[in-house]
Amino acid sequence: MTGHAPDATRAPGFVRTYLWSTDHKTIGLQYMLTGMAMALIGAFAAYVFRMQAAFPGASVPLFGRVAAADYNYLVTMHGTIMIFWVAMPVLLAGFGNYLIPLMLGCDDMVFPRVNRLSYQIFFLSSVVLVASFFVPGGAFGGAWTAYPPLSANSAYSMTPFGSTLWLLAVALEFVAFLLGGINFITTTMNSRAPGMKMFDIPIIVWTIMIAAVLFMGSVGPLVAGAVMLLFDQVVGTGFYDPARGGDPVLWQHLFWFFGHPEVYVLLLPAMGIVAEVMVVFARKKLFAYRTIVYSAVATGIISFFVWAHHQFVAGIDPRMASLFSVTTLIISIPVAEMFFAYIATLYGGSIRFSTPMLWALAFVAEFLIGGVTGIFLGSAGSDIYFHDTYFVVAHFHYTFFPIAFLAAFAGITFWFPKMFGRMMNETWGKVHFWGTIIAFNICFIPLFITGTAGDHRRIFDYSMFAELATPEMQSLRILATRALLVTLAFQVVFVVNFVYSLFRGTVAEANPWKANTLEWLAPSPPPHGNFVTMPVVYRGPYEYSVPNRDEDYWPQHEPDEPADPDAPGARRPLQQPA
Amino acid sequence: MISWLLPQASTFASTIDGLVLLIAVIVGVWLILAEVVLFGFIWKYRARDGIRGQYVSGEDRSQKKWVSYPHYAVVVFDIIIIVAALRVWNEVKVAAPPGEEQIRIIAQQWSWTFVHAGPDGKLDTPDDIRTVDDMYVQRDRVYTFELHARDVVHSFSVPAFRLKQDAIPGRVIHGWFRPTREGTFDVQCVEMCGVGHGLMAGRIHIGSAAQYAAWMTEFRTTAATANRITGSTPVADVAAHDHVGTAGGTR
Repeated sequence: MTGHAPDATRAPGFVRTYLWSTDHKTIGLQYMLTGMAMALIGAFAAYVFRMQAAFPGASVPLFGRVAAADYNYLVTMHGTIMIFWVAMPVLLAGFGNYLIPLMLGCDDMVFPRVNRLSYQIFFLSSVVLVASFFVPGGAFGGAWTAYPPLSANSAYSMTPFGSTLWLLAVALEFVAFLLGGINFITTTMNSRAPGMKMFDIPIIVWTIMIAAVLFMGSVGPLVAGAVMLLFDQVVGTGFYDPARGGDPVLWQHLFWFFGHPEVYVLLLPAMGIVAEVMVVFARKKLFAYRTIVYSAVATGIISFFVWAHHQFVAGIDPRMASLFSVTTLIISIPVAEMFFAYIATLYGGSIRFSTPMLWALAFVAEFLIGGVTGIFLGSAGSDIYFHDTYFVVAHFHYTFFPIAFLAAFAGITFWFPKMFGRMMNETWGKVHFWGTIIAFNICFIPLFITGTAGDHRRIFDYSMFAELATPEMQSLRILATRALLVTLAFQVVFVVNFVYSLFRGTVAEANPWKANTLEWLAPSPPPHGNFVTMPVVYRGPYEYSVPNRDEDYWPQHEPDEPADPDAPGARRPLQQPA
Repeated sequence: MISWLLPQASTFASTIDGLVLLIAVIVGVWLILAEVVLFGFIWKYRARDGIRGQYVSGEDRSQKKWVSYPHYAVVVFDIIIIVAALRVWNEVKVAAPPGEEQIRIIAQQWSWTFVHAGPDGKLDTPDDIRTVDDMYVQRDRVYTFELHARDVVHSFSVPAFRLKQDAIPGRVIHGWFRPTREGTFDVQCVEMCGVGHGLMAGRIHIGSAAQYAAWMTEFRTTAATANRITGSTPVADVAAHDHVGTAGGTR
């Protein structure tokens, strides 16, 4: 197919194409590539502080000796970057921007200029955050949760400029995602192709939209909290200062009221990616589509009522902990339901182990470990012991690593042909997969053990703690660090494969995986305006292996065959575009 | 499970370890089941020539039960875990027994100050004994503690007790423990508190009543000697400074 975009008559210049583009695909890819670039910084931080944890006092190659202050800011920046500048832009903004209009069969977001502004603010926020490494006093080191008074007063944090820049960067980032979220929601509601009803929307669009709603609902209080913290830092107010009538715990509530829905803001898009990949490579209809949608909505709603499980031992009224323990375990119910449905989707399938499918299956297998270990922390009684130990670190890496990397790799390898018109190399994709998965597990299983033995978080040297400074514990820390080095080394394979395939990969056809959703109707890569002729939708997105058909897939845009109007999946009379 | 790695030195250490074991068994069985089914399906339904995928919507009740029944089981096990977890929580954090001894714990960047009640058993009297980074308690006595923070949020953690409680500036937080084993164990600060967070270590020394009395006598002698040299009063009163507010807190 040859692309014939509405405004292809006049080739836009560099500025219009990249800096001021309003094309959702360009913006999506910009988000994604910015996120991947930030991931390099986040990964470098992890490399440095894990080297210090394993070999305290040694000079770390490419960094040098790690002082206590360095360790603190590296830990802080690793968390901040990986959540706000990697997982958010790649999963939510990257895939959201790229896929939503394509999967809904429209030519762009509803508000393309708001979308452009969103990326520009996000880019600015990244610059501000990176700049904070180079200011006097260094970057902020008070952990990604930034509890005041430590974060509010530079006499305590010793980073007068770093804390303020950190806060400004995070606030700007929130603004960017609010603008993006407005687009995701309005576009999904208003710009679907003719014939596409709510339950014909692909799961990933649902999950990204629900994530956007969650984000918009939860971030407001934190933005207000961030402004108050900024005032405490620079104007000298006392919102979080008990000596002047403030309360440090207020920030914890505002932060976690956002912070826990945020987990689902990231999980849901990842679940969406995995659903899209699984159905295509299992050649199966998604099991209990509606149940999955309802479960995602339920997860989103319940996620607003669990935040204080981060604060069981934070000095809140202990009777309140009981309440949040209950809500926390309740949220396991819809999440478990979704995972059961995903596993059931494999039943009776014809599973092909292409690289995207390997990532998607690994996501399910690994996230289950992250999910069940969360029960230890959601139960108030056992959280007394596990709170702020490496058990928590290992737990949320078993959730966030699958979310931010396994699902993202599934998505990138799956949609790469659509994004760039070329296939990625399968062999190197599998090398990258196995290297990453095996090393990741060897990295974090030892941390479950050190956490259970009492290793507490954010400690640059355990020699002060007799119970923890044992050779056995140190050998576990060294094992984890070595596995991290292997994990990082295998990412080089991905970067090389990505760049090589960008220029030299096999040219991809429009629908290389024989998938149903509308983005595969558009040329690869889609031109500005997306579709040669705007699609009309005749059926749900997951009609795979429909009986009595030659092909084992049935794209959403293909009109029904008059011969078998009663075939499963052919449930709607033909509709004409409005 | 934790007791394989760390001694149990308080009454609720074994309670918490028991809860952890219960959860480990429940979620362990679930995890193994889920992974076995997942990998079983992956193996059984791998693509083979001539075999097409099945068309299963999962929307019929007869199909959905395969997801619903495990789902109901999850609810049942959730309830079991909640009941067990809240019983433990209640024992450790809500229903404290009456204290036989008192101790004040003051966290600041980056050290612990422990105010022991002295012979009269009361805090804020001239015979109080303050120590830095080393805490002394008697075995088999119920201690109630007051937790203060001078500057930023800290968190008082004694892994051998399975005890953890954040210290919040502006609040006095109460808690309790009853040591059951003699020895010296780590005290950690587990909340990021600035540059010296990794250095904020303390030790808790648990001894018999006789040992404790000996420790306290030794401190009083040392303090008296020191005071003769410096000419200051034996105990600096920290309480007035710390009672900024008493909002929240436990009990």
